[in-house]
Amino acid sequence: MRDQRLWTWHIGAGAVILVLLGLHMTVMHLDAIVRIFNPAPGEPVDWANVVARSKSVFFLVTYVLLLGTALFHGFYGLRNILFELNPGAPAKKAMNGLFLVAGLVLFAIGTWAAWAGFTVARSA
Amino acid sequence: MADHTVTSEVVFRIRRFDPTTDADPHWEDYRFPCPPGMTVLEGLKQIKESLSPTLAWRSSCRMGVCGSCGMFINGRPRLACNTQVSELESSLITVAPLPNFNIIRDLVPDLIPMFKAHAETQPYIIRDDTNEQQQPTGEYWQSAHQLEQYLQFSYCIKCGCCMAACPTYATDPVYAGPMPLAQAHRYNSDSRDGGFAARKQVLSGERGPWRCHFAGECSRVCPKGVDPARAIQLMKRQLVFDYLKLGKQKCPASIAKVPDGLKRREGIPETPPRTI
Repeated sequence: MRDQRLWTWHIGAGAVILVLLGLHMTVMHLDAIVRIFNPAPGEPVDWANVVARSKSVFFLVTYVLLLGTALFHGFYGLRNILFELNPGAPAKKAMNGLFLVAGLVLFAIGTWAAWAGFTVARSA
Repeated sequence: MADHTVTSEVVFRIRRFDPTTDADPHWEDYRFPCPPGMTVLEGLKQIKESLSPTLAWRSSCRMGVCGSCGMFINGRPRLACNTQVSELESSLITVAPLPNFNIIRDLVPDLIPMFKAHAETQPYIIRDDTNEQQQPTGEYWQSAHQLEQYLQFSYCIKCGCCMAACPTYATDPVYAGPMPLAQAHRYNSDSRDGGFAARKQVLSGERGPWRCHFAGECSRVCPKGVDPARAIQLMKRQLVFDYLKLGKQKCPASIAKVPDGLKRREGIPETPPRTI
């Protein structure tokens, strides 16, 4: 049951990443063609455009969602690669714990950074 | 291009291993004339009859049905009985036991792990109506479309060629392998079966289809044209839909009763008595 559940979430996370990375690529790299979410003139990474995006609740949510799905997708994939090396049960348990803790810590740091960017941009 | 109508000389390079005398497997060459139409299995029999009586392998039907003679022939898992020497386009024929299995002796692989995994997936019709199965009153109804859902997977002869070709099974002993998983899907997709929940106990765990990398080698080498890689992907989809509760609840097929008042046409003999 566990692998069925994790695999389903893995696939779901992959689908979400596909959409959110598509949005990221469109905003950051197709600016010359599809100019969205970059209200100020200049590059998408110019301060004015970064602040404009960071003020948006939509971008706050998508940043956090992309972070969470990418962390889960990446760590679950790495866990599968390591599990295929056929480690013993204690090593498997340790890896599960390590990836869970690392994922949660990185998610907390990333969420805090996104929230900090949001509040700074709002007050700018 | 080689002329396949005349007798030519071939060399069979065979991987030999006798656990009672050998520490490691080694190669031995056997040179003999190969008449047109000779199969690899016939070549092995010729070697055993005239060159090396101790050579061991498994075979039975000689017609690609029993699945006993799966071997690694010229770098690819094949059935020895189904492979003509001429189709290999080489005068050097290398024959080794199927990879990914322990060797019992010479060309005899230990297929027990494969059949254990096969048995774990409960590869048979599972239904609640035990009495009907013991004493049938009719036949389970099934449409042609429902038959198509599993028919190609039922052609599997359990030869182990797909297991020998699978790169995941080569490195990961936890993975059940293409044959057991394809056969589990064969029964999961049978409209007469109601055993998905029982099989899910194994399939949803780490022995299930999740570790398949979709290399597709299993389907490429299958001597019966079965597509185990497709079965495994369909199984993944079925299990994901099951977790999301999006799958259709399958009711095992009902019984199609024999209509009353039917009369047998003249000249058609009676059904022989049941033997079991």
